[in-house]
Amino acid sequence: MSDDYGELRDLYQELILDHSRHPSNFRAMPDATRSVEGDNPLCGDHLRLYVQLQGERIAEISFEGSGCAISVASASLLTERIKGTTVAEAEALFHRVHRLLTTGEEAADEVELGELAALAGVRQFPMRVKCATLSWHALRAALRDEATEQITTE
Amino acid sequence: MHTTAQIRLSHDHPRWDLAAVRRDFPALEQRVHGRPLAYLDNAATAQKPYQVIEAVARFYRLDNANVHRGVHALGERATAAYEAARERVRAFINARSAREIVFLRGTTEAINLLAHGLGQGMRPGDEVVLTTMEHHANIVPWQLLRERAGIRLRVLPVTPAGELDLDRLPDLLGARTRLLALTHVSNVLGTLNRMEEIVQIAHARDIPVLIDGAQAVPHLRVDVQALGCDYYCFSGHKIFGPTGIGVLYGRAALLESLPPFLGGGEMIRRVSFERTLFADPPQRFEAGTPHIAGAVGLAAAIDYLEGLDRGAAEKHERDLLAYATARLRELPGLRILGEAPRKAPLISFVLQGVHAHDLGTVLDRRGVAVRAGHHCAMPLMDFYGLPATTRASLAFYNTREEIDRLVESVRYARELLA
Repeated sequence: MSDDYGELRDLYQELILDHSRHPSNFRAMPDATRSVEGDNPLCGDHLRLYVQLQGERIAEISFEGSGCAISVASASLLTERIKGTTVAEAEALFHRVHRLLTTGEEAADEVELGELAALAGVRQFPMRVKCATLSWHALRAALRDEATEQITTE
Repeated sequence: MHTTAQIRLSHDHPRWDLAAVRRDFPALEQRVHGRPLAYLDNAATAQKPYQVIEAVARFYRLDNANVHRGVHALGERATAAYEAARERVRAFINARSAREIVFLRGTTEAINLLAHGLGQGMRPGDEVVLTTMEHHANIVPWQLLRERAGIRLRVLPVTPAGELDLDRLPDLLGARTRLLALTHVSNVLGTLNRMEEIVQIAHARDIPVLIDGAQAVPHLRVDVQALGCDYYCFSGHKIFGPTGIGVLYGRAALLESLPPFLGGGEMIRRVSFERTLFADPPQRFEAGTPHIAGAVGLAAAIDYLEGLDRGAAEKHERDLLAYATARLRELPGLRILGEAPRKAPLISFVLQGVHAHDLGTVLDRRGVAVRAGHHCAMPLMDFYGLPATTRASLAFYNTREEIDRLVESVRYARELLA
């Protein structure tokens, strides 16, 4: 295999591929406090995100659906990172991830990305940013209790 | 027609100067991501030859004026060019009269116009029959009509091989059926439907037939009289013409009885605040300033197509399709959707363990342009239980070498992703 596809390898890092093949928290949650459906009409990605809130804390979070490696990995990473955070922390992370994916800007005082940093490669692929942000928009809608709405990236 | 002899002659001696044809298409000469472009997304839109680009530019440089209005020289030239384009389209699809040719934005607008116009004569409980393999353009306008008028939609299924299940058609055509609306060629499967037979079945029951020809016109010589259909529509941009121009053909008597779609200038005979008399077809359906340069460009595209040896072009496309099908079948875990014996040169496939969207991205980085997604045919995707496929769609300017690069890039993607 030739090695001149650095950007592709940045996009499809092992961590991303692992999460896409074996996503964490990939299940329905019948007793969820809220659930939101997200669609990316461009490519047919479709997921449902479930959250269980205990006061201001996100006690449990899961998702199900189908999509490309980027959208599934992003949702999987999201659930791992968000579980146990407060609603305010989750909102801050939404903005942090959004900036990472669209501008690549880093700011010293921001919340820790952890493994979410693996999504940075998406920035080189503008057509794929919506795949990575789909679950994040669904999360935001769930936390704002816009659960009756369908979230779409369009 | 002066081209007939040329076409018949070339039928006997198909020969195809691929290099010369490719030189007509400037967009094909570029590199993307450092690789020569392999443009395999022709079913989405086709590239444009210099002849079309120049015709549009020349119109804007020299002849630009509004049509059917000015008495000045440019107005006359623009009107003559626009109406000559209509006649060019008429001859291209062998309509009886240029009055049967309406210029619109494209196939989508044509179907919306019909859903609007025919819908005004429909009653709750009337039925429109579609098929599972329709593009959203031939589904959603009828659903909107269903909301407005309370009609029912009935759907002719496809077989697993990707053909229409014609045995089921007679049962679907009933006393309340007002229209059969279906695609000539599937944009996902490539299936070429047996249109003459389908039209006969519908006409035997006095049911008019609308054919979505968007994917057929680039590959077949379409003769609306031979097909016997009542309405036929297609888009200019898929036959190497400009975007934003398309054609609705309707039998003259049927267009006469259709109410207007959009109101405005150009489509009237006389207007007062009490009453407006509408123009006859086709002007009745062309409100406002039309896409004049687009019509000129479309005529240039038709000139270009008919100047080619179309028998040889079709043979080249068939050869490419056979080659691509065979090469893709070499890849383990790859499944091709649509195995009709008669297909347009496009191949939809899924690769085990790799989502179409990821595959599309990897192919793009290797200079190979394909479509990944649901192809605006979600009901068909549901039938196959797939969220998305990858589609390579070919034109007469594609090469075997481009197919080889597609195959090699799919291999690479599988190594990277699966």
